[in-house]
Amino acid sequence: MAGRDMKNFYIGIAVLAVVGAGAIWMVRTDSQGAGPELVDPLPVTGESFPGYILGSDSAPVQITEFADFQCPACGQFAVLTAPDIKQRLVASGQVRFVFKDFPLDMHRNSVPAHLAAACADEQGQFWTMHDQIFFRQRDWAEVRRPERTFHGYARDLGLDLRQYDECMDSRRYAGRLARSRQDGAQLGVASTPTLIIGNLRVTGAIPYDSLTVLVNRAAAAAR
Amino acid sequence: MISVTLALVGFFVSLYLWLWKIGFLGALACGTGSCEAVQLSRHAMLFGQPVALYGVVGYIGLFGIGFLGLQGKWANRHAPTVWLTALSGVGVGFTAYLTYLEAFVIHAWCRWCLVSAAIIAAIFVTSLLGWRRHSGER
Repeated sequence: MAGRDMKNFYIGIAVLAVVGAGAIWMVRTDSQGAGPELVDPLPVTGESFPGYILGSDSAPVQITEFADFQCPACGQFAVLTAPDIKQRLVASGQVRFVFKDFPLDMHRNSVPAHLAAACADEQGQFWTMHDQIFFRQRDWAEVRRPERTFHGYARDLGLDLRQYDECMDSRRYAGRLARSRQDGAQLGVASTPTLIIGNLRVTGAIPYDSLTVLVNRAAAAAR
Repeated sequence: MISVTLALVGFFVSLYLWLWKIGFLGALACGTGSCEAVQLSRHAMLFGQPVALYGVVGYIGLFGIGFLGLQGKWANRHAPTVWLTALSGVGVGFTAYLTYLEAFVIHAWCRWCLVSAAIIAAIFVTSLLGWRRHSGER
């Protein structure tokens, strides 16, 4: 092969390597700046369904999470960040945490999951069901009949299964899910998880450290 | 040359998926695909390591063999083409299995995985043609 052809080839390979490495570096840089940088000030308006609430009404900052139970990033947030929020911020009275349904059309098992959580809420077990659903997301996200899996969770939690089954069969909270989604859309929610911290909105499964920065900012604004 | 170039592209695709899997990158750019569903499924791990890591290693191997085959004393030898065909053949088989999982088990498609599947298939076909050409010259 001609030396000139080889030289051009090596140059092409080197350019390709630089472009590839540069692209990954840019993605890395963008994701590093995806915490506070993506926060978009937004007034929080009234909502038809208050959501599932943890914490005191007098907490200075409210975090509202719009989430989809089948969304992997929401699962990551529930496993990695939410426990710290509950134990450090909610328990200390700094934050009131609200979970709002935002089932996405792209996730076929999401609506049954949200309905299961709503039916568990009838018996005061929303948060335990919430944790079961998120912590074991991989067990049901791919199955064809997720209702069976959720029924097992309901049994494990000691729910009254007759009431739970009647609730699931009636799908009586389907309308509430739809309204909750509309509420989210009005607040600019387009993906999950989306957090509204005070009057700030941020998307993605942000780590706890980034979240506390926003909580502190919201607390300062509320004073 | 084609195989080496494709291997380098495949390397970056696998590297991207692997870096995301180990938490080095933030959101996974996937358009309307379901990359996260695939990457977070239990099938995205093999023998305790992310599947994408095997892709990274495989493409490095393909790049190395292909690059070696272009160097002076190796350029006219048959061996690099055989190794390239064999390794990419294994890659095609492995990728076919992963694609089957996406279609029938996970029920979600990862666009980057499909790009990688197309790349490894192209490397295999290119290598096979090179092998036949080498065999014809002998």
